[in-house]
Amino acid sequence: MYGVFVLFPMLQSVQYSFYDWDGIGPATTSGLDNWKAIFTQPELLQSVVNAFVLVVFYTVLPVGLGLVAASLIRELKPGAFSTTARVVLFVPQVLPLVAAGIAWTWMYSSDGLVNQVLRAVGLDQHTRAWLGDFTFALPAVGVIGVWVMLGFCTVLLLAGIGKIDPALYEAARLDGAGRVSEFFAVTLPGLRRELVVCATFTIIAALASFDVVQIATQGGPGYQTMVPGVQIYRLTFLQQHVGQASALAVFLAVVVLVVIWPIQRLGREK
Amino acid sequence: MTTSGLAHRVTRTGILLALMLFAVVPLLSMFTTALAAPGSTPQGLSWPSDPHWHNFVDAWSAANFVALFRSSILIVLGVVPATVAMATAAGYALAALNVPFGKAIYGLLLVGLTLPFEALITPLYYDLRSVGLLGTRLAIVLPLIGLLMPFGVFWMRAHFLGAEPALTEAATVDGATTWQTFRRIHLPLATSAWSALSVLFFLASWNQYLLPLVLVDDPTKRTVAGGLGAFQGQYGTDIVLLCAGSLLIILPSLLIFLIFQRNFVKALMQGAVK
Repeated sequence: MYGVFVLFPMLQSVQYSFYDWDGIGPATTSGLDNWKAIFTQPELLQSVVNAFVLVVFYTVLPVGLGLVAASLIRELKPGAFSTTARVVLFVPQVLPLVAAGIAWTWMYSSDGLVNQVLRAVGLDQHTRAWLGDFTFALPAVGVIGVWVMLGFCTVLLLAGIGKIDPALYEAARLDGAGRVSEFFAVTLPGLRRELVVCATFTIIAALASFDVVQIATQGGPGYQTMVPGVQIYRLTFLQQHVGQASALAVFLAVVVLVVIWPIQRLGREK
Repeated sequence: MTTSGLAHRVTRTGILLALMLFAVVPLLSMFTTALAAPGSTPQGLSWPSDPHWHNFVDAWSAANFVALFRSSILIVLGVVPATVAMATAAGYALAALNVPFGKAIYGLLLVGLTLPFEALITPLYYDLRSVGLLGTRLAIVLPLIGLLMPFGVFWMRAHFLGAEPALTEAATVDGATTWQTFRRIHLPLATSAWSALSVLFFLASWNQYLLPLVLVDDPTKRTVAGGLGAFQGQYGTDIVLLCAGSLLIILPSLLIFLIFQRNFVKALMQGAVK
């Protein structure tokens, strides 16, 4: 199954990427043209750059906030509040990304909650249709990523903290370490494997994002929030540039692999 | 309790509550909006003076939910048991048996773990069209089995690597065949691993959007998430109905998570880090 539906199409993607094909007529070979276009056509290059910007929101922020949340929950006594915090934070992760896209499209709309809050605190001049704004659309999409990924990172990191030997914390306390130095001396090094899993999962989600962007902005305004996933979809199914789409698809797959590989190595050392 | 200790506790609770608020507010906003008067444009978060619970019924029939749920259930039934069974067998083989080229097979699967769905969608479309499956549920089920396989094998292999080798030895001494050892000893012990995998795969299939969007035109043959996309296209301007419909679609995922959340989080913790 894996061979027929994953490996074989992947090879076909590579093959198509050297063709100029509209999906209906005969395909003609076009050499490296499709590959050159990725680096020369601004809207294709932009989509790849945007994907890396999303990594900040899908990976850096959720892992950072997740570390904070997990360290705070660790200090709580096990009980209703810590369980509730875990469950509530995790909920966005299990919902369809389509629903996340719809919920946040509504949050960001002119009548949505974000603007409602701004008006309530007297910042009327800052209200805007966030997803239609050239400056703010991409960060706004990014925040949706933070929302989805935060719970996953928190829960996983919390599990990692649970496995750290409590004696290490006691030793740190005896040495007079404060909360901050304790965090850097004990918690962070102990979470190495969990951090690698979080980073891997969220980076793939960022670079290969599709659902949220397709629902919320479809890459707009202009190409401000265009990502490779949406671009591939548009090229193949709306513009019939199958060869170009395939080149971008293979490029995306390689980029993901190149980014993930060193991170995985990092996790395996020691 | 010192003052600084108290201050710390207040900050801690404050930060956690703020993060929890961030997690639930979009859903609350959807909920109050779903109860507003049909066709109106309510504010982001405001409790309507007379809640229109009937909106949920309207959304139910507008999106043809009966057909959507039926379709999703068929897709889940097609994907989950087959994938879990194959992944369990393959995971056991790669972990415990000496398979020829086992390392290479595992390496190929690991690459598949990072492969974005979008990278395959174009050839999949043309392949499925050429065999005449385009527009059928099989066009979602078959590729999804393949796409979920790397994670499944990875997950089950990690579990079987942690299994006690002495059990296998004891069984062999007692004259059990490889199949009997797997079936009678390791499979029952792996129940928590493959049931957690089933829940994960249920969510992955139920929430799948890209494959249905591209491979099946008729929204009533898609997954609910795919159907929700079509629903948004059709009723995107009627925010009240859209919110009601989205909440209905979220509900099964949410219930499954809340029912299984204990095992789910535990399994995630054990499985993901190995």
